[in-house]
Amino acid sequence: MTDVQAAEVLHGAPVTESRGQRVVHPSRAQYVALLKKLLDDGYVMCSDLTAVDYLTHPGRPLPDGVSAERFEVVLNLTAITTRDRIRVRVQVPESDATIASVFDLWPGTEAFEREVFDMFGIRFDGHPDLTRILMPEDWDGHPLRKDYEVGRIPVQFKGAHS
Amino acid sequence: MTAVENVRQTSEGGQEMRSRSDIGAKELLREVGSVLRMSEAEAAKLGQIPADPDEDQTMIINMGPQHPSTHGVLRLMLELQGETVLRCKPIIGYLHTGMEKTGEELTFLQGGTNVTRMDYLSPLNNELVFSMATEKLLGIENDIPERAVWMRMLLSELNRMSSHLLFLATNGMDIGAVSMMLYGWREREEVLRFFQKVTGLRMNHNFIRPGGLAADLPPGWRDDVLAILDMLPARLEEYDVLMTNQPIWRERLQGVGVITADEALALGTSGPILRSTGVAWDLRRDQPYLRYDEVDFDVIVGSYGDAFDRYAIRLNEIRESMKIVRQILDRMPSGDYRIQNKKVTPPPRARIDESMEALIHHFKIFTEGFKVPEGEVYVGIESPRGEIGCYIVSDGGPKPYRIHMRAPSFVNIQALPHMMRGGLVADAVAVISSVDPVLGEVDR
Amino acid sequence: MSLVRNVLDDGLGGLDHNFVTGKLEDLVKWARSRSSWGATFGLACCAIEMMGSGGAHYDLARFGMEVWRASPRQADIMVVAGRVSQKMAPVLRQVYDQMMEPKWVISMGVCASSGGMFNNYAIIQGVDQIVPVDVYAPGCPPTPETLIHAIETLHQKIEDGEIMRRRAASGAGANLHIAEIPAQHSPIPVSLTAARAGATA
Repeated sequence: MTDVQAAEVLHGAPVTESRGQRVVHPSRAQYVALLKKLLDDGYVMCSDLTAVDYLTHPGRPLPDGVSAERFEVVLNLTAITTRDRIRVRVQVPESDATIASVFDLWPGTEAFEREVFDMFGIRFDGHPDLTRILMPEDWDGHPLRKDYEVGRIPVQFKGAHS
Repeated sequence: MTAVENVRQTSEGGQEMRSRSDIGAKELLREVGSVLRMSEAEAAKLGQIPADPDEDQTMIINMGPQHPSTHGVLRLMLELQGETVLRCKPIIGYLHTGMEKTGEELTFLQGGTNVTRMDYLSPLNNELVFSMATEKLLGIENDIPERAVWMRMLLSELNRMSSHLLFLATNGMDIGAVSMMLYGWREREEVLRFFQKVTGLRMNHNFIRPGGLAADLPPGWRDDVLAILDMLPARLEEYDVLMTNQPIWRERLQGVGVITADEALALGTSGPILRSTGVAWDLRRDQPYLRYDEVDFDVIVGSYGDAFDRYAIRLNEIRESMKIVRQILDRMPSGDYRIQNKKVTPPPRARIDESMEALIHHFKIFTEGFKVPEGEVYVGIESPRGEIGCYIVSDGGPKPYRIHMRAPSFVNIQALPHMMRGGLVADAVAVISSVDPVLGEVDR
Repeated sequence: MSLVRNVLDDGLGGLDHNFVTGKLEDLVKWARSRSSWGATFGLACCAIEMMGSGGAHYDLARFGMEVWRASPRQADIMVVAGRVSQKMAPVLRQVYDQMMEPKWVISMGVCASSGGMFNNYAIIQGVDQIVPVDVYAPGCPPTPETLIHAIETLHQKIEDGEIMRRRAASGAGANLHIAEIPAQHSPIPVSLTAARAGATA
């Protein structure tokens, strides 16, 4: 597993750089406190909240002190006054796939968190209504997980990539 | 399968709106549309409505997913007292296509065909943000030839115009000016005709690709663009007469669907909704991409945060886009339409007959795909609906490990309960129309 | 119909007599084909092209179809325009069931016809798994000309009764496949004789 040297520390969490964009790596325990501080720093808009399943790519570069887990919850925040963006990546283990909800900080994350729950199965504590949003209510499984088949049916012609 | 069995099957269980006694306080406040803390007076008014819906005073009804005015397959559950909307819960997912999962199976060159169908009213913007994210991962974002960049800007702005023209058409029809539907489509056809000439398709072009574009502009394109620019201003004046200054239009839209700046930011809305509240946030100006910092245009901002402001913003954004297109016409540089990087862009077809290397590169790029270095990146641009973002994680292979599109309509729909609260059902239609959602990108 | 020829050639003065006789069946089929109303089932990108074909350049009103009824009770043709997802499938079936006989289905676009480019867990691989389809219109999205070609093919088959024969033969929909008309710089007139001559299946 390759580790990158953290460039700085922001509110107690290591910060790395990815293609010119700042990325903060809090732990699950630091998550909400760090985000509250970022909100106070001016990151008033939560542009995006999503997750990644690193089941088939465990060896991704992470800063020292951050241990890789199966899931990562990724937030992209935007500051309106400073025109700045920052990314937050939190490791979420498969055995205990829960994390705090940031609905109280940004109400606009309600739909994002439901989508992550629907697609990955990560539960958000404190979310007002954690139900599926894209799949039917009685759907089995979490489609965007890497161990969930894409569900192709065999067709007569071969596509370019197969 | 009998019809009766199917009626039972169309229930979405926990995703539907439940009676007040069944849901928690936070969710109730959210459905009522309280984004930030409600005032004491409003909370008190809420308490006057009977908690038990069996008391026959409120009614939970369903609007959609098959509905002429919901702009696609959006399902809204409304709790009504008479005609007044008390609570609103949007239920989405009726167009979920698994595009993010499909994106993991397609190479970066094929990815454009997938993402372009998300926001099908501005497909070139989807392709643009995907290509920009891929180029950032490849590290070639500063090496794209000038002509390619300016061509991308031209197409992106024309797409903004065609999308806003469609907004005017559907907004007009939803409010009742049904003839507006015909006028808006008439103008849109002209822009689509130009796209057909340049890209080969009227919609879902897959023209903006990582590294540049698929082909160069055809000869005579300047005349075509000038024809569009000459025709539109007079028509926009007609719409001003038909709609903007008309008392019925103003009655229907002014004061409807009001949202304040704090609420809009808290909800994460962007684009015309955020700008209608007075926040002058336009990614073309505030985080410029392509060459938007070299062209001169105004960011249209409203002040009341109502549906009329959003309509006026989009109408004037067409004018601003025309201004930008005129400047692009003057300044379009000559050069390549795509980067000449053998690993990324396929060689010209003529060279395949001459050079073995070119043939091998062509073969590898189209079958296996070019490999993108490991990393993750997020790029956001201004689509007609707001900030569209693309988050790609690459593991060093030819296909994205994870691709996620931050769709503006997905977030803007969260503002619906707030905007509809206390309004009538007819205002609900006006509000949805002013948010201008595209369900393809909501559900992906 | 030589009567029609006479009128076309000489106007009403060309009529040798002012009684029109014919079979009631023919009259009913003629009326059904000329005034069918579509049910709005626009789902995704194809819905935009469907709306475009109702617009001024392509003008479905010439064929009696400018009225798109939202209520399935008042509609005859359901044009499934777009990709049908797992959640939408029961809704599609419910709307189809609520339509009154005689009803027809046009599957517009490749996603509705076969799942299109989305061969995955989320999309029904062809709407004919849920409702019987009469005409398949290919394209992604089909140009308005292709949609008009599909509609006119359907109208012709309704008018000459061919559609009921095809349905009886297949047990489900009429299964007509039409050729896609590619996009052109200006709207091309859809040759009605070609449409009326039939489709490739």
